[in-house]
Amino acid sequence: MPRLLRMSELTRADVAHLASLARIDLSEAELDHLSGELAIILESVATVSSAPIEDVEPMSHPLPLVNVSRPDVVTPSLTPEEALAMAPEAEEQRFSVPRILDED
Amino acid sequence: MTTMTGGTAASAEAVLDYDEVTSAFDPVLGLEVHVELHTATKMFCGCPTTFGAAPNTQVCPVCLGLPGALPVVNAVAVESAIRIGLALNCEIAQWCRFARKNYFYPDMPKNFQISQYDEPIAFNGWLDVEVPAEHGEGTEVFRVEIERAHMEEDTGKSTHIGGLTGRIHGATHSLVDYNRAGIPLIEIVTKPIVGAGERAPEVARAYVATLRDLLKALDVSDVKMEQGSMRCDVNLSLMPKGSSQFGTRSETKNVNSLRSVERAVRFEMCRHGAVLSSGGSIVQETRHWHEDTGVTTSGRVKSDAEDYRYFPEPDLVPIAPSRELVEELRATLPEPPTERRKRLQNGWGFSDLEMRDVVNAGLVELIEETVAAGASPAAARKWWSGEIARRANAEGQDVPTYAGVLGVTPAHVVELESLITSGRLNDSMARQAWEGVLAGEGTPTQVADARGLELVQDTGALEAAVDEVIAANPDIADKIRDGKVQAVGALIGQVMKAMKGQADAAAVRELIIGKLT
Repeated sequence: MPRLLRMSELTRADVAHLASLARIDLSEAELDHLSGELAIILESVATVSSAPIEDVEPMSHPLPLVNVSRPDVVTPSLTPEEALAMAPEAEEQRFSVPRILDED
Repeated sequence: MTTMTGGTAASAEAVLDYDEVTSAFDPVLGLEVHVELHTATKMFCGCPTTFGAAPNTQVCPVCLGLPGALPVVNAVAVESAIRIGLALNCEIAQWCRFARKNYFYPDMPKNFQISQYDEPIAFNGWLDVEVPAEHGEGTEVFRVEIERAHMEEDTGKSTHIGGLTGRIHGATHSLVDYNRAGIPLIEIVTKPIVGAGERAPEVARAYVATLRDLLKALDVSDVKMEQGSMRCDVNLSLMPKGSSQFGTRSETKNVNSLRSVERAVRFEMCRHGAVLSSGGSIVQETRHWHEDTGVTTSGRVKSDAEDYRYFPEPDLVPIAPSRELVEELRATLPEPPTERRKRLQNGWGFSDLEMRDVVNAGLVELIEETVAAGASPAAARKWWSGEIARRANAEGQDVPTYAGVLGVTPAHVVELESLITSGRLNDSMARQAWEGVLAGEGTPTQVADARGLELVQDTGALEAAVDEVIAANPDIADKIRDGKVQAVGALIGQVMKAMKGQADAAAVRELIIGKLT
């Protein structure tokens, strides 16, 4: 799991990197502003780590359930028209997306 | 995540001679194999998984990642994952979770892929594969350690428009079909494979071939590399001989045939060798494999695991397979591959090397089917590993795939053999008939009929030809009369020529010797 950033660790470069991973375009001014603001948010959230939880198992679900599954039986799919209805662009019964960042 | 297909024009990179590489360096291999399960439905929804369906006809709110949709895991997919883990001698997790792997790429409409991160369903296993013995002849067993096998979902399929031949480079936009998004995928990861030395390419191929046979025997996947239901990523690094410090690795994606696995390992060893021995350093990156040119080219710089911001999937509850279920599934496992290989080898009467070649060419199933259909093991091996294998290699395909494309079946081999044993064809005619079958001219009998292939059964015509040849070659005839039987070859050749090849050479030999001794 990702490491938890402590305030002292959050650099302007970290914020720029996270923004690029989240595909959020930030201006230089916004980066300056958010670096400070995120640090404060992280610090606030970090107060939960002072809770006495040594004897508490970490949980990722609110309900004590395991092994919820379904049988391998086909159920109706959407029609292609329904599936593509919300696509901003479609072509040849496919979702049309902008040119993918050329990483080659 | 599925990386982009294609690449920019391959700029030639320096490679070191293979022998020089292996004399100076030890390779470290890591293989990641993705296998699509052939369940009826997807991993987390009831959409069908039929290959080749019209675009976006097998999608629903869950696999399209529409708001409010709730994934529920496919029970058969979990059982298949456990069976794969058990067959690979893994431990099965008592309790494990799915995790979200976050990234922005249109092959997943949710902007994340549901996978497993630090809690795989199966871990710490091994698979024994057979490779040529390091010293001397024959084969020996090489144990490949398995790090983990985990469950995830496949991604959609992108077609890049506007670039050259569907490549991403220069494309104006991309079209995405989500039929494949959500198909159950098992990723099987080896531990670093060290000690393979110069046999690393063969070990890699033998591992993938053995794994494919095992998955086929488990009946959990179609394991068709050419259709992408089994895909291999090759991690490779070199370390100087004597060192135990791993070097920087490259990851070559989507190496999709047994032959390519072997070639890609070899190429990367030679490329790494050239960089390292000239004092350079290897960049940790994704590489693209080019089947046509047999080289890899640079792809994207590898993301750190941290960049994927994995976290436990909140929409799915943990998987906690009971020990009873695990034992129940263990009881359904097929015969382990090494035992199965030994049993088949003994039954077929193949030598170690013959069997290894058959296994590594991916011919075991085909030969098994052909023998079951009535052919002798020797004939099955002979015809499947001859001309058709040579052509399949030239096409960069595996024989079973290539045979499927040509429509050549085990029944054809059975028929061809029976044409020989019934005395209708000799070996060279059978080769011509087989060529006709490969050329799509029909069954061996149809080809033999159409091409007029038939041994002359008319003994009168044959005797006349023999008499003529003896009369035309009194010197040779005398030699044979004097007991120099080996001289008969020259006469047989002439009789066969006179008969336009349509005689049984053994019968001709008998006739000549009968007349002269």
